[in-house]
Amino acid sequence: MRLRPGLIADYRDDVAVFRSNVARFWFAVLLVAVVVLGLGGTLPLIPGLVDFTLTGDLLLIAVTAVFASIGAIGLNIVTGFAGQVSLGHAFFLGVGAFTGAILGGTEVTRQVVDLSTGQFVERTMLVGYDLDLIIWLPAAGLAAAFMGLIVAPVAFRLRGLYLAFVTLGLVFIGEHVFREATVLTGGVGVGRPTGVPSLFGLRFDEAGEVFGIFLSKHQKLFFLGLALLVVLGFVAKNLARSRVGRALAAIRDRDIAAEMMGIPLARYKMIAFVVSSFYAGVAGALLYTAVGQLEPGSFNLLLSIEFIAMVLIGGVATVSGSIMGAVFITFLPRLVKWLAGFWMFGFISDSPTGGLVTLAQMELILFGGLIVVFLILEPLGLYGIWIRIRNYWKAWPFSY
Amino acid sequence: MRARLLHEILPAAEADGSPLLEIEDVHLSFAGVKAIDGVTLTVRRGEVFAVIGPNGAGKTSIFNCISGVYHPGRGSIRFGGRDIIGMRPDRIADLGVARTFQNIELFPQLTVLDNLMLGRHQHLHYGTPAAMIRFGRAAREEARNREVVEGIIEFLDIQQHRKSFVAMLPYGIQKRVELGRALAMAPKLLLLDEPAAGMNLEETEDMARFITDIRHELGIGILLVDHDMHMVMDLADTVLAIDFGRPIAVGTPREIQANQDVIRAYLGQEHAVADPGGAA
Repeated sequence: MRLRPGLIADYRDDVAVFRSNVARFWFAVLLVAVVVLGLGGTLPLIPGLVDFTLTGDLLLIAVTAVFASIGAIGLNIVTGFAGQVSLGHAFFLGVGAFTGAILGGTEVTRQVVDLSTGQFVERTMLVGYDLDLIIWLPAAGLAAAFMGLIVAPVAFRLRGLYLAFVTLGLVFIGEHVFREATVLTGGVGVGRPTGVPSLFGLRFDEAGEVFGIFLSKHQKLFFLGLALLVVLGFVAKNLARSRVGRALAAIRDRDIAAEMMGIPLARYKMIAFVVSSFYAGVAGALLYTAVGQLEPGSFNLLLSIEFIAMVLIGGVATVSGSIMGAVFITFLPRLVKWLAGFWMFGFISDSPTGGLVTLAQMELILFGGLIVVFLILEPLGLYGIWIRIRNYWKAWPFSY
Repeated sequence: MRARLLHEILPAAEADGSPLLEIEDVHLSFAGVKAIDGVTLTVRRGEVFAVIGPNGAGKTSIFNCISGVYHPGRGSIRFGGRDIIGMRPDRIADLGVARTFQNIELFPQLTVLDNLMLGRHQHLHYGTPAAMIRFGRAAREEARNREVVEGIIEFLDIQQHRKSFVAMLPYGIQKRVELGRALAMAPKLLLLDEPAAGMNLEETEDMARFITDIRHELGIGILLVDHDMHMVMDLADTVLAIDFGRPIAVGTPREIQANQDVIRAYLGQEHAVADPGGAA
């Protein structure tokens, strides 16, 4: 039987990620656009296109945004889908980051005088194993996932604000451990280099030719991140529309009823924490590769709150919302800096002392203000705004 | 295409009248307040067993004991010959006990379809890794269970609400969806906590028809609590009346309607002399 083209006649097509070829087409267009954005001046297909691509500091921020997106999806799995508010995301990011750095970094030793014998001895200053990206990246995810497994039992008995408070403690414990374990982390103010992103000899942290195209190190990292984001994004999307995703949503909405429907709460809360932490570990391991240096102090409460903001502003319990939120929050400081250049925003000063508010202060003001505004006016976040725009144009020119 | 009958979608049990749920001398108290005080009842396969009683009599507490939310201090609850006291609610659900709630407990941020698919949770067996890749088995199982859910949607006549978010639906439809979610679990025992509460006459009649169909086609045991006496007396095979957690009478609807203790519990001492038929 011939059916109308595009008619959904199969239950599998009905719950597909892309429900039509039109949706598939626009996703491909988006992907191509992002790739062109990243290619920058290296691919002069059309004269003048270079002006619209990412270069310099914008590209560096874009690299961070892509890696942050992976972390934001992770937080959205535990907080958005499963409804378990976690302020401990920075801890899991940190575990991933340092695992990656230890496994993928180089050992640093120094000659020191042994005071008891007066002889020179070798002492390890930083542990490093020089492993390949293919090993240290999954390992970073798994190490964080393992920490998630250990932390998850806390969520069996607590929920809401109480859980948020306990996971908050996790950040402080983590920060302390990262500071003190200097042989692993390099210590406060010094830090250590990130794991070397080298995949079977292909260095992502050095400029060079790939498939005949010369790419800068930031461009290489950008594409590495993009590839990972697409894969992990689809994995999260699949999880969300499966029996596991539904069970998580049920626990978020009504946990007692969920249990009486045959859903073991402890098991699914554990799954949420483990999967979420895995994403955080992968994101953490890559987040600072563009800069090349890790600092134990950066995995603090502010980082956790930044990720909460990504989820809230982007869109709770959506994968695309997590990405929108991560991109938005990562570009926010740059946006403020750009705005400060206009005369009507003259009250924002780019010197650290002068003017009414400094750049850093303005960032914080916007940060807090945006969370409040979104929570009150658009609880669905940027994703909700996008849905409204999409629905408007679906019906255009008939607005009702 | 002919609408499928319920027993073509869900497994039907032999309505042989053998005991399914046996509650014996159950006691439950909260800080000294006796919520259930020695209730004994047996629900048989293929039977509609109703529990009636004034507000606060302990009807919902009995349900919560069966579901595993409350743990009675004394007595035994056996389901299919197995002692279920102390079991986790999800384990009891796995054994084949499904329920609806007095105040609707649907998942408001999910669609009708997802709520019903949640009812199929224990019939979907793929794990988390398969869910992430969603290839082969996971996709096949989802499609097969969706067919069951679609059958239930047809049975309850809620096709047009399939993709609506539950929070947006009118109360009567939500009650129906909740029945559908319990039904999707393919239970051996269905606990219905006030399925007709807050419904108008037409909606109550619909609900009664659904319950009758389920009972006749699937042959499962149904434990029913409701204040709509016309519905209870029409549907039930056996009625248990309780007051302050204590059983006061058990028997056929006709016997209960004529029972002086029941009339007293509902209407008070002075009216006990009134016409027995009017008590309902």
